[in-house]
Amino acid sequence: MNIANSTEQICFLILASVIISGSLGVVLIENIVYSAFLLGGVFMSVAGLYLLLNASFVAAAQVLVYVGAVNVLILFAIMLVNKREELKPIAGLQIRRFFSGCVCAGLLALLFRVNLTTKWATPGPQAIGEEATERIGEHLFTDYLLPFELASVLLLMAMIGAIVLARRDVFLTEEEKLGERAGNIIDNKSKAILIDQSTE
Amino acid sequence: MNPNTVPIPLEAYLLIASMLFCIGVWGLINSRNAVRVLMSIELMLNAVNINLMAFSSYIDGNLIRGQVFTVFVITVAAAEAAVGLAILLSLYRNRTTVDMESFNLLKW
Repeated sequence: MNIANSTEQICFLILASVIISGSLGVVLIENIVYSAFLLGGVFMSVAGLYLLLNASFVAAAQVLVYVGAVNVLILFAIMLVNKREELKPIAGLQIRRFFSGCVCAGLLALLFRVNLTTKWATPGPQAIGEEATERIGEHLFTDYLLPFELASVLLLMAMIGAIVLARRDVFLTEEEKLGERAGNIIDNKSKAILIDQSTE
Repeated sequence: MNPNTVPIPLEAYLLIASMLFCIGVWGLINSRNAVRVLMSIELMLNAVNINLMAFSSYIDGNLIRGQVFTVFVITVAAAEAAVGLAILLSLYRNRTTVDMESFNLLKW
């Protein structure tokens, strides 16, 4: 037990406690904006765990993609749909929560048992550490070339699909502008056309 | 890697990941806000990523295939988040709510 090991253990404990308490906060806190920021903290701590595992490239990718893109996207969605609404009470909600909590606790116990009783093949070969980035590049362009290309096609499809789904189609004819039927326009106070796609 | 000098065993990472996964499952089942459901899915994906990274570092140290899979999972998670939030926005536009109980559009 030298000082490097104990430092690593202390870092691991701090990161683990931040991950667990932060994810509990994500699930349990009523205010969803706080949940989104806690989610960013959880992502950062997971990136810290990756650094402890000698994987700096994936840690950087985690910070860039999850914290920089996904979390910001979630925050934008929260801002767009954040309307104070009183949720209808459901009969037996507490009982449902209790039972689903029991099911999750059972799953957790099962996973713990599997984790602790399996003879993992450690110690494996020496981790390569800083060469990991080069090795990931080799993998991506040799034996994982097809999944890599599929991932790029998937990203393109997701981008186009998200634009098509989230676009606000407002094709109002003249009498619809005068009349009151505008079923899918949310903001009833200002019935102005937000994206005028008519060609005149 | 000599086991006497490994400061953190593999099981510690796996325990953290399983706790995170179960919290994500609970949130996925019990959240009524649709955005929180998406956040729970992200938590579960992160739990799987922690598992992959731990295995790739401890068991597959030479060929770090787990890290490659983690990169793919991050990619798919980004695509999923974009499409999920777009679907959520279009649902909100039609129903003016994000309550999961009021989404019965696919009910026959």
